[in-house]
Amino acid sequence: MLNQDSYKQHISGQFNAELDAVKNHLLEMGGLVEQQVARSVECLLSRDSGVAEDVVATDEAVNDLEISIDEEVSRILARRQPAASDLRLVLAIAKVITDLERIGDEASKIARQAIKAAEEGGQTRTFVEIRHIGVHVGDMLRKALDAFARLDVDQAVEVVVADRDVDAEYATAMRSLVTFMMEDPRTIGPVLGQMWALRSLERVGDHAANIAEHVIYLVRGLNVRHVEPDELIAQVEDSETE
Amino acid sequence: MSSHAIDLKALKRDLPGNAAPVRRETCLRMENLNLYYGTAQALHDIQLEIPRQQVTAFIGPSGCGKSSLLRCINRMNDLVDGCRVSGKLLLDGEDVYDRSVDVAALRRRVGMVFQKPNPFPKSIYENVAYGLRIQGINRKRVLDEVVEKALRAAALWEEVKDRLHQSALGMSGGQQQRLVIARTIAVEPEVLLLDEPASALDPISTLKIEELIYELKSRYTIVIVTHNMQQAARVSDMTAFMYMGKLIEFDDTDTLFTNPEKKQTEDYITGRYG
Repeated sequence: MLNQDSYKQHISGQFNAELDAVKNHLLEMGGLVEQQVARSVECLLSRDSGVAEDVVATDEAVNDLEISIDEEVSRILARRQPAASDLRLVLAIAKVITDLERIGDEASKIARQAIKAAEEGGQTRTFVEIRHIGVHVGDMLRKALDAFARLDVDQAVEVVVADRDVDAEYATAMRSLVTFMMEDPRTIGPVLGQMWALRSLERVGDHAANIAEHVIYLVRGLNVRHVEPDELIAQVEDSETE
Repeated sequence: MSSHAIDLKALKRDLPGNAAPVRRETCLRMENLNLYYGTAQALHDIQLEIPRQQVTAFIGPSGCGKSSLLRCINRMNDLVDGCRVSGKLLLDGEDVYDRSVDVAALRRRVGMVFQKPNPFPKSIYENVAYGLRIQGINRKRVLDEVVEKALRAAALWEEVKDRLHQSALGMSGGQQQRLVIARTIAVEPEVLLLDEPASALDPISTLKIEELIYELKSRYTIVIVTHNMQQAARVSDMTAFMYMGKLIEFDDTDTLFTNPEKKQTEDYITGRYG
């Protein structure tokens, strides 16, 4: 029912333009945040504090975008009183930017751990888990934003389900890091830093899954938050036949 | 359990949307209702159940048949030449188009308010008392009581109680419209039909009428036709979307305005129709 062109069919051309603009701003913010996550993981692995400083500084741009999109959303609500899919679009955008802003914060935290690790100049090896989970959540975020841009429910469902794997990988990684600390107490400091970074990545996965849930709400009008993946798939399939 | 504990169940129940759905009994039922003006068919096969003591809104583009449908309910269309109705329209289970129905009695049960306020060129008091007088009720004590009650119900009493015997034509448009509503409810109808009741009023008077509709629905079944979709969204419990004489979608107002099922409904309420 809802397709990408449906935001271009209002009688009011101005309203088309406003919805189009806010959607584009959201995707722009998404692109920036996606880049932030990738760079934060990269600088943590390479111990590049220069890039890390840059990631921390760029977070301000992400925050600014959140505020300006938020203002656009209030303006549209006040002036256009959107209904049905337009209303869901505006509400979804208001929620997605909150998740994106938090992802930006997590990327900043990871970058700070990178700066700390570089300063300490430790010889501790970096764990393969960070790279692995980093790639995984980066992928989820990209797919969630892509699903938003293309109104693709199937891909959104895929992202929500993928979060379960990230949670499992995170639990495994935590267990192995604990083992390292037990084997050699001198590693406790640096390993704790990596645990924080892993924790941040796991949160990025959660926020990406939230974004995907907002996409499902946007396209189908279904509220699938706090629902187990199996139930979610059933609900989405159910709404399709209507 | 300590007295501080939050009653989660009650909290959840009280959240909007979680209350157990109140399924009201049906007040008006339309079965395969068709309306023709001469050879032109204005309504096609309408199937609709309007719940008692709720507000039901009819929305749709001009000429979609929403006013025609509203006028069917109290047989206002009888006055139009060449107008013909087939199918059933049941009020409390009785067909209003049955030959035995007394149209004047029907219109006492089904009151109607129009777009332009139409007070009689009489005093405020006489406007409200009119319906009772034509029923032969002339005792001052009874009339005084009914007039006050109706004006209070129409949220007008405080504004007019000191000038009841002045002409109704000296009132503002919004006051006139509330006076017409008071005149309608003075005869204690069951159903109130409102045909664009606020479209000739300023925003404040409009809000007063909307507030009045909200208060009146505890006693009357209200059916409103409006061009203003936001108004339908604000005041109604159920909304019917009509297009080209057909009922396209009928649902809870909440659902219809957030996640309508039909694309035609979606296009209309989001301003894509055209």
